[in-house]
Amino acid sequence: MRKFNGGKLGLFILMKGVRMVTLLVAICFISFLLVKNSPIDPIQAYIGADMLKVGPEQREKIAEYWGLDQPVMVQFLNWGSAVLAGDLGTSMIFRRPVIEVIGERFFNSLALMLSAWLLSGVVGFVMGVIAAMKKGTWIDRMIKWYCFTLASTPTFWMGLLVLMVFSVWLGWFPIGMGVPAGVLSEDVTLMDRIQHLILPVLTLSILGVANVALHTRQKLIVVMASDYVLFARARGEKGFALFWRHGLRNVALPAITLQFAAFSELFGGAVLAEQVFSYPGLGQATIEAGLRGDVPLLLGLVIFSTIFVFVGNLLADLSYRVLDPRTREVRKI
Amino acid sequence: MIPSLKININKFPLNRKQRTLFNIIISIIFLVTVILGGILLDEERIVTNLSERNSAPSLEHLFGTDWLGRDMFARTVMGLALSIGVGLIGAIGSALIALLLGIAAATMGKMADRIISWIIDLFLSVPHLVTLVLIAFTLGGGFKGIVIGLTLTHWPSLARVIRAEVMQIRSAEFVQVSQKMGKSQWWIAVHHILPHIVPQLLIGFMLLFPHVILHEAAVTFLGLGLSPHEPAIGIILSESMRYLSSGMWWLAFFPGLCLLIVVRMFDQIGENLRVLMDPTRSHD
Amino acid sequence: MSILEVENLSVSFKQYTDGFKEINHKVISSLSVTLEAGEILAVVGASGSGKSLLAHAILGILPRNASISGTIKYKGVELTAARLATLRGKELALVPQSVNFLDPLMRVGSQVRTASNSEDVVSAQRKVFERYHLGKEVESMYPFQLSGGMARRTLLSTAMVSGAKVIIADEPTPGLDPIVIKEALSNFREFADKGCAVMLITHDIESALQITDKIAVFYAGTTVEIASVKDFVGKGEAIRHPYTKALWRALPQNEFISIPGSQPHPSSLPPGCLFAPRCEIATPECEQAPPDMRELRDGMVRCIHAT
Repeated sequence: MRKFNGGKLGLFILMKGVRMVTLLVAICFISFLLVKNSPIDPIQAYIGADMLKVGPEQREKIAEYWGLDQPVMVQFLNWGSAVLAGDLGTSMIFRRPVIEVIGERFFNSLALMLSAWLLSGVVGFVMGVIAAMKKGTWIDRMIKWYCFTLASTPTFWMGLLVLMVFSVWLGWFPIGMGVPAGVLSEDVTLMDRIQHLILPVLTLSILGVANVALHTRQKLIVVMASDYVLFARARGEKGFALFWRHGLRNVALPAITLQFAAFSELFGGAVLAEQVFSYPGLGQATIEAGLRGDVPLLLGLVIFSTIFVFVGNLLADLSYRVLDPRTREVRKI
Repeated sequence: MIPSLKININKFPLNRKQRTLFNIIISIIFLVTVILGGILLDEERIVTNLSERNSAPSLEHLFGTDWLGRDMFARTVMGLALSIGVGLIGAIGSALIALLLGIAAATMGKMADRIISWIIDLFLSVPHLVTLVLIAFTLGGGFKGIVIGLTLTHWPSLARVIRAEVMQIRSAEFVQVSQKMGKSQWWIAVHHILPHIVPQLLIGFMLLFPHVILHEAAVTFLGLGLSPHEPAIGIILSESMRYLSSGMWWLAFFPGLCLLIVVRMFDQIGENLRVLMDPTRSHD
Repeated sequence: MSILEVENLSVSFKQYTDGFKEINHKVISSLSVTLEAGEILAVVGASGSGKSLLAHAILGILPRNASISGTIKYKGVELTAARLATLRGKELALVPQSVNFLDPLMRVGSQVRTASNSEDVVSAQRKVFERYHLGKEVESMYPFQLSGGMARRTLLSTAMVSGAKVIIADEPTPGLDPIVIKEALSNFREFADKGCAVMLITHDIESALQITDKIAVFYAGTTVEIASVKDFVGKGEAIRHPYTKALWRALPQNEFISIPGSQPHPSSLPPGCLFAPRCEIATPECEQAPPDMRELRDGMVRCIHAT
């Protein structure tokens, strides 16, 4: 009797895809224009300190090699078609293909963001549930106060505090660097990586709980005051069983959706945390690219972060469509 | 079927409304003090004083001194004033964009609405911080880059609020009546729409202001915002990183805490304003 | 012996004003009704008169800011909060107003099963579904997929499957077509005939009269009259209270005229008889003090002029 609404789901994804492509093209174009108009001379950025040794002839050669002498539109089309073919160019800082740099760094960032995402999601959800079930008590007021304060806390300052407490005072963790300095990458163990992951994850999680907690609290208060919870109580259900059966079911979905939709903030948070902890992820690469004028890498990162945010939003939409029976199942009377 | 219980007894000396107002006034006094302090503070307080380098917080130097013997309290207050100033410019710019685009989307037809909603999506699909880095890079960093970046990144959500508000007012009965009476679009805008969106705009502005300040500090901290010669909070904190391992915790602790308090205060003013102007929506 | 006795029940809500001042709203005041085994009692009143709160008060599921006074007895023993907790959903069951009272994200079948107290919940649920002509496919549906009639029968199933002795049905008929109403009501009759009791809370005096034995008329948070169904005949000469008379006269098949005015709000109740401001036969005496419920011709009435 139930029928999975497959056709509609496909259409939905297709529409989202089209929208995504138009946005992405526009973002590429705008970013490209912005970057091209920056006062930073790409050749100088590339050559760096050796600039004095480079004569005007050589300069021109480099410009020609990169197509810098052509009109901007042509440059954009050249760059665009290369991107479509999967070639994002070569990073000036790392002297390696951008796609490789992003791929490697993304793996690092993913470990960081995913752990923080899960941890803050679960802890925030539990905090929200506790606050709502104990609404009006001191514990609710404390959770609320904590969350509102966190929303005003600069991420990088929280990172500095965490660093001071755990690395400087307690000496439990090394200061900075994704892997121990001077160790060959083959020799880096999983434990090393995890050890360097803990503090940034902690920082992002401490701050990340606020949003989910406040949202879950609000939502659960509404659910617990709903007619169906009233009726459940009339049937003799109470306490934790009541929450488990009706509360959880009805607040989990909005919380999951919210967490997916927060990918943009997650990325922003990762940029700051990576900078504070010298963690070699995408965020740190973004700052490096911005500071040192690595145009291909910067453009690649803009594209990548956009896709990342989009995937989050898509997952948020999909989770509703797949998990909520009201949109999942066709109406049948 | 609980009957709607409406109450209109209001005799107690300090009711909720007055308490909210009181909170707002206290916050404003504090913030004004910080700003005035930043402007009026003696420049001498932060001149290099090598005889008092790296001293921990004491009565004489509440927040301690840095490696050049500069008083951290004075630096912090100046930095906060600067941050509030830059935040103010960015927030005003953002609110203006939100106002213009919000009204345009609501009043200029379906096409305009679609285009503006597309632009909003465009801005929301890149992480704020990445957009800020990109813009700062394009404009070569510094004051101009950060202000333009902040202005361009914070308007979308407020624009949506204003659009919805204007749409709602336009479909309201009294506006429909005015239209039938032959009043001009301009007359309706000034007499009906503007008075209704001003509170929303004010609340929206107050709520985005703290975000702007936080983002300014973050971008400056990352080295893409205000120049290292400015006494900004972001600069102070990024400098403090070099001295963390030597145990000079006060360099980072107090400035950051003060930034947190200032941001929280602005946020609270915004929330309180919302409670004052729109009691039903902010119901707990 | 009465199975359920409500004596002098008052319910008020504590609310905080803009400041700190705390005020009480009395939404139900000195209400008394009794329910006999094998009987259907209709509590009839206009919407917004606090009838649902009566049901919630009996089941002890009022919101936290409500306070109750008076006594409720079940099988002759007072219903304390602790006793209620053991009886709720087992001996006493609620049939709520609408499909909104079902968890929107839980399959209908499981919701009925959680209400069951028998050993084999699945077969108990299937049995009750069968009895109310709910197909097997309904089991795995979500509330939003149910039609009005199906939702009604599902809600009824939750009460029936629990094996309760007393059912309190809150507005079980609005928005349903006459055939479904008739079916729902006959289900209640059948239930009562087995020796159980039903309290039918409704604004629909007309359909209430078809199946009930006794009618309690509810006005502004209290009962103004308790009368046998037999009293509702002709021009309503046997009816005791002017408000009941007005309700009876307002029916389409009678004179079809409703009285002007509206029920007083709980925050501004008149000092004397609650109905006095709208009453045709009110005298200055009526506005002095609220009249007591008194026995009259085998019924009860709260009016000093009733004969």
